[in-house]
Amino acid sequence: MLRDITIGQHFPGNSALHKLDPRLKIMLTIAYIVMLFVGTNPFGLLLSIVFLFVGYMVAKIPGRMVWRSIKPLLPVLAFTAILNLFFMAGTPVFQWWVITITWQGIYYAIIMAVRIVCLIAGTSLLTYTTSPIVLTDAIERLLSPLAKLHFPAHELAMMMTIALRFIPTLIEETDKIMSAQKARGAELDTGNIMQRIKALIPVLIPLFLSAFRRADELAMAMECRCYHGGEGRTRLRQLHITKQDIAITLGCVLLFVAVGFSGVLYTRLTGFA
Amino acid sequence: MPDMIKTEDIAFRYDEDHPYAVDGVSLAVQKGEFVAILGANGCGKSTLAKHFNAILVPERGTVWVENIKTTEEERLYDIRQKVGMVFQNPDNQIVATVVEEDVAFALENLGVPPDEMRQRIDVAMEEAGILKYRHRQPHKLSGGQKQRVAIAGVLAMNPDCLVLDEATAMLDPRGRDKIMRTVKRLNKERGITVLHITHYMEEAAMADRVLVMENGKIAFSGTPKQVFSQVEEMRALHLDIPQAAELCEKLTAAGFNMPRGVITAEECARLLYEKLTGQAALAPKEAGL
Ligand SMILES: Nc1ncnc2c1ncn2[C@@H]1O[C@H](COP(=O)(O)OP(=O)(O)OP(=O)(O)O)[C@@H](O)[C@H]1O
Ligand SMILES: [Mg+2]
Repeated sequence: MLRDITIGQHFPGNSALHKLDPRLKIMLTIAYIVMLFVGTNPFGLLLSIVFLFVGYMVAKIPGRMVWRSIKPLLPVLAFTAILNLFFMAGTPVFQWWVITITWQGIYYAIIMAVRIVCLIAGTSLLTYTTSPIVLTDAIERLLSPLAKLHFPAHELAMMMTIALRFIPTLIEETDKIMSAQKARGAELDTGNIMQRIKALIPVLIPLFLSAFRRADELAMAMECRCYHGGEGRTRLRQLHITKQDIAITLGCVLLFVAVGFSGVLYTRLTGFA
Repeated sequence: MPDMIKTEDIAFRYDEDHPYAVDGVSLAVQKGEFVAILGANGCGKSTLAKHFNAILVPERGTVWVENIKTTEEERLYDIRQKVGMVFQNPDNQIVATVVEEDVAFALENLGVPPDEMRQRIDVAMEEAGILKYRHRQPHKLSGGQKQRVAIAGVLAMNPDCLVLDEATAMLDPRGRDKIMRTVKRLNKERGITVLHITHYMEEAAMADRVLVMENGKIAFSGTPKQVFSQVEEMRALHLDIPQAAELCEKLTAAGFNMPRGVITAEECARLLYEKLTGQAALAPKEAGL
């Protein structure tokens, strides 16, 4: 069971979005986030929603996946909406005791909520369509110009790769140690919080010791295979930007620009900023 | 032709106040040789092995890898490429999350161009018999399969020598058998020199030469037949001998006239058959096996 865990929330597939160069995908996601904060009018938001909708359709990712990524953040969402609802000055619609709800409050509460949902769904689209390892690779390459400024781009990526590689191994090991401790009579799932934390100590100590030993051996194995940092390194996986990638990117950029300008259009039409 | 690996009176200790883990070892391993290294726990086998690809450099004495001294720092990556090392725990030597990327790891480090890299890893994976797992995640493979990924990762460097430090110790008998057959084939067909550290006497019996270590020194060496007929000396070093040799020894002690130096199960079975029936045993094929 534990052997099948997947890290992150990658949803493998073969769509144009899955195949889109991960570097472009990261840049587009960042642009999308920026755009969400620029295009804060109903037109812009509507376009952002349509964009997401199309994205999820193309990537063939079921709607319940979106729900799954939003669900844990519902409290934050509710909190932001309520703050906007109650504390926005403007034309009152409803007044009772110290509570005043204004039109502006309702408007901004909705806008904020929609924006946050779009933000989560948009970034999830990136992680759904890109495996963590490809993502790591792309981050390394995007950050590599900074290596000249001594930014440890390669080292960061190598650390992420090793973490991804060893998470399943360590989870499996934790499972084994827990079973071994249980077999010796340790009670790991009973008692109050303090008791449980205490009961975990005999699990964590062997786990840490073993992790250090693994790190030691891995470092040696890497040295044996001529590892000497990122300098002069080539990569097996090459990233190529295809014509299709360029077309998709251009399409997205056009849309993002449209959203940016939608604010102007909206103000003209309604006189409401 | 230079020796693949040569050491001259090397000594090494991990710390000033520790005893020497390797203490005055001189040896020469020829190209294409298959050498097994035996010895009790803590006698310095791994420490010695780490001198063969400059992970450690000796405190005293010299190590040559094809005439390159391991102290020549500018040749470090040449040495590591020539002498590939595989360790005991396969989990702790796999770096990448996809099999083929792990096999490519060394070549990435060496700056090999991607097209050439692709070809070389394909050959290496084919030779290690893991081509069909190339896109799998290492943690979902069996121990034996993982160990073959580690071997492929080393083979991709086109090494001249393979050092296996108890590479079969954590595997089940079938996984072990497969690794040994792979290694044997690489030795015979590709002429790769093999240094195999092991606690399994049956594996040592396959070697051309066996080195037995004790307290950082080489206690004795010779062909498997020579080494395993020294039953008393081996016992004194807390080492086993192959089961076949033990059986022959017991039979001799019981008064049977058994020849010395029988170390493989097949050889022993054939001999017993001849003794018991008085006729020559058929080769397995003729016997319909
Ligand atoms: N990193 C280290 N630091 C300090 N001492 C060490 C270290 N590694 C090994 N030793 C010591 O050096 C000696 C030789 O160890 P080595 O690992 O070479 O033995 P070995 O023959 O490989 O044993 P095994 O069969 O258990 O693998 C031992 O006494 C050991 O305790
Ligand atoms: Mg050892």
